[in-house]
Amino acid sequence: MYEELGASRTRRTMTATTRLMRSMHLDGMLLAGVAAVGIFGLIVLYSAAGDNTALWLAQVLRFGISIAVMIAIAQVPNHFIRMAAPVAYLLGLILLAVVAVAGDIGKGAQRWLDIGFVRFQPSEIMKLAVPMLCAWYLHQRPLPPSLWNVGVVLVIILVPAMLIAEQPDLGTALLVAAAGLLVLVLGGLPWFYLAGGLVATGATVPLIWMLMHDYQRQRVLTLLDPQSDALGAGYHIIQSQIAIGSGGVFGKGWTNGSQAQLEFLPERSTDFIFAVIGEEFGLLGMLALLAGYLFLIGRAMYMSTQCRDAFTRLVSGSIALTLFVYVFVNAGMVTGLLPVVGVPLPLVSYGGTSLVTLMAGFGILMSLYSSRKLLAP
Amino acid sequence: MRRVRIKDEHLEQQIFMQRSAIAAFMALALMLLLAGRAFWLQVLQHEYYAELSQGNRARIEPLPPNRGIVYDRSGRVIAENTPAYQLELVREQTGGLEEILAQLTNFGLLERDDLDRVRQLVQLRRSFEAVPIRLQLDDELVARFAVHRHELPGVSLATRMARHYPFGATGAHALGYVGAISEDDLARIDMERYFGTGVVGKTGIERAYEDDLLGTSGYREVLVNAEGRSVESIKGMTGQLRSRQPRAGRDLRLTLDIELQRVAEKAMAGRRGAVVAIDPSNGDVLVLASLPSFDPNGFARGISRRDYLALTEDPDQPLFNRVLRGTYPPGSTVKPLMALAGLEYEIVDPNDKIYCTGHYSLPNSRHRYRDWKRQGHGAVDMRSAVMQSCDVYFYRLANTMGIGRIHEVMSKIGFGAPTGIDIGGERGGIMPSPQWKKLAFKEQAQQVWFPGETVILGIGQGYWTATPLQLATATALLATRGRHFRPRLVRALVDPVTSAVEERPPRPLPRINLNDQANWEIIVNAMVAVTSGPRGTAVHASRGAAYSIAGKTGTAQVFSVGQTEDYDESKIAERLRDHALFVAFAPAEAPKLVIAVLVENGGHGSSAAAPIARAVFDAYLTPGAG
Repeated sequence: MYEELGASRTRRTMTATTRLMRSMHLDGMLLAGVAAVGIFGLIVLYSAAGDNTALWLAQVLRFGISIAVMIAIAQVPNHFIRMAAPVAYLLGLILLAVVAVAGDIGKGAQRWLDIGFVRFQPSEIMKLAVPMLCAWYLHQRPLPPSLWNVGVVLVIILVPAMLIAEQPDLGTALLVAAAGLLVLVLGGLPWFYLAGGLVATGATVPLIWMLMHDYQRQRVLTLLDPQSDALGAGYHIIQSQIAIGSGGVFGKGWTNGSQAQLEFLPERSTDFIFAVIGEEFGLLGMLALLAGYLFLIGRAMYMSTQCRDAFTRLVSGSIALTLFVYVFVNAGMVTGLLPVVGVPLPLVSYGGTSLVTLMAGFGILMSLYSSRKLLAP
Repeated sequence: MRRVRIKDEHLEQQIFMQRSAIAAFMALALMLLLAGRAFWLQVLQHEYYAELSQGNRARIEPLPPNRGIVYDRSGRVIAENTPAYQLELVREQTGGLEEILAQLTNFGLLERDDLDRVRQLVQLRRSFEAVPIRLQLDDELVARFAVHRHELPGVSLATRMARHYPFGATGAHALGYVGAISEDDLARIDMERYFGTGVVGKTGIERAYEDDLLGTSGYREVLVNAEGRSVESIKGMTGQLRSRQPRAGRDLRLTLDIELQRVAEKAMAGRRGAVVAIDPSNGDVLVLASLPSFDPNGFARGISRRDYLALTEDPDQPLFNRVLRGTYPPGSTVKPLMALAGLEYEIVDPNDKIYCTGHYSLPNSRHRYRDWKRQGHGAVDMRSAVMQSCDVYFYRLANTMGIGRIHEVMSKIGFGAPTGIDIGGERGGIMPSPQWKKLAFKEQAQQVWFPGETVILGIGQGYWTATPLQLATATALLATRGRHFRPRLVRALVDPVTSAVEERPPRPLPRINLNDQANWEIIVNAMVAVTSGPRGTAVHASRGAAYSIAGKTGTAQVFSVGQTEDYDESKIAERLRDHALFVAFAPAEAPKLVIAVLVENGGHGSSAAAPIARAVFDAYLTPGAG
């Protein structure tokens, strides 16, 4: 009796929650996944920040703000988001140009734009604006895309990507390019174009090598043989692997990771925070986090398949897969599979701009998903 | 002409579904790759990385062991470990390096000449490291530092254990000393055992018993951050630090009697020479004195180059161990042994008399082998030949015996080979023979053994050389009537932790059995006559002794006197004077102590060496009497 009563009450509560979620254009599963990964990230960051509690509190605040941004964007109607695509893209391009000019004047790497009350990286806008404009362009044209349309999309991708790479910020440039290219692939880019593109890229490797900055080349070389420069460029990779490997299956315990706490691990609260998880929470902690990401990616992919028009499908699919790219590039770098490129671990690494961008992406995803549902009977 | 296409919603959705399925599959595969990588690092390579991580965070600090303490035979400490003080400076704790250095110079804690060296030293180390800026503070400086400590932030007094020899130069040649590990030492020691130690036994007992004295060093891990700065326990991390307690080296109980040693060194004071005293019943070395001596404490604390040069360039060679490494012609001290050999080979009857005219010549030769007494001893039998040290008697005996038999019997007694005492560096001297001469000389003309060379062996001259220790051991043979022991310095090793005692049993030398046991007494009686007979050469030095002494004086030529010249001590440079020797044991009937004395360029054994032996006998056999 009590069990049945309990069960029915639960069902009733669920229904009420679902109704609330739906009215707020939110996806419960995605929200739960984001909250789970984000809270785990804050727990890890508390340890990685060491004595710096202020840093941790700042991130808690940012997490709250970015959740609010996500919810706010989820309220934006579907068609408005599509209309916003070219605007965001153009605005992003202008800001990138401003940054580039300011950088020339400042004689050095310039990624930040300070507009008084807030500092942010214009390149972050492009992480969303590029796939949105690609989808916007392809939405109006028959798919799979013709050679001409592929060319146009490539221009849309490459102009901002090259501006960002020049800052220099190779990591973000690659992520921006990846987000756009994923739209192309999901849109039905013929396989032989893809293959041809890969071959062409392979052929331009020497050219890219020549265009790279010295430190970028060094990072690639270092990946191949970290011990060759154990105290210089190889130091990050070596210390990161020591942290992860020494964590074992169960980890050294929260706040007990000697690599992280004794400052052997560089960038422990930002790009290399994944190694802190490996050290303090062990293999189980790493697998749990990867599982969390898989859930998020899976849910986002499912949501994108439910969309009814090309724009919403392509944008949500790209957002879902870009999340995977972020995770893979960061985790691959920290575990020593990929070269060191400055890519944060989504929802976990300390940092405001990338978190807001990510949550904005989730907001867009929810908006597109809910609008499709509203259209449905 | 371009073909016009229209959007096909159904086809587009199909493409999208297909593409996202492929993408999802690839994402899953790559996620598995990441998980696999994590498994590789955290499970398969875990131990390797755990070790690296431990090496990262833990700095290993050595815990040096206490070196074994050395006691003399009555338990007096003769080598110990005492705290030595040094000044250390931590740059980041000082208000400013220059101010502190100025203060230190004002207080006399640093010399002005040292400032540049100290500055350099401090700059080389990281700002949080303690840099030793002055070693070896004496008590006065320690007190002065204590007074000014509050004015010297960042400067502190550090203690380390250093070897200390409370008796200083007394017995230094037996004990040896420890010193900083040198490049030569690296070849013979296992550096891992010297973690945090820095000194090693260089000579004497300190070197020979290095393995036992050293002990096993320990260590402890100290938590350090990436800068290398040691951090106090951070949360739960200290529990994973490892440590190992050091294990002290074993203490040594010596056979040496440091008080008797002091008596011997005092009696020899101002001269160059050697005194060895052995307990004949077990080979215990009670005195091993080589003079001049040196203060081993200088080496243990770190000797300055100037002081070291002063020692090595001293013409008296204080670092030279005359007991073990000084090889001298044994001179007349071998006469009792020659007499014993003559009896055993039945070449002479002890009562047969020969007439000593003051010189001896081989048949068909005009060369005269002169007796030390120009006018000769007249008619002498074996007893008076030993008592008066008649050379002619023994020239004759040696010639009759022949080099073959002399070499055989004297080698058996131990000449020409090290005694095997338990410290190193010993020399064997030379027991010559025709074979030896062939090997020793390159030119054929020099390789021939001449009959005259046999003759002078009778009085312990010629190529024959021996160390004072060999003479003492050979004398112990007579004292024990053939049952003597290998000399030894260590009686027992004691583990200071468990108090386990490892006794080192006396090591008997091959027993010498005579055809006629009565021959022992003939020789011993002749040696007693040396100290008590009517014209005994050591009568003067033995007068008034409460015990009987069996002894034999000796005088070893440093250079040969011409055929017709007289030997005039006063006219010969000190360095060319004869070495004075005396070997003896007492009481003669039941010997408790065997002594060999050598005084370099001392002149006559009777006047220079015998009184030294007497002083040691008195101190040992009649303590409190004088």
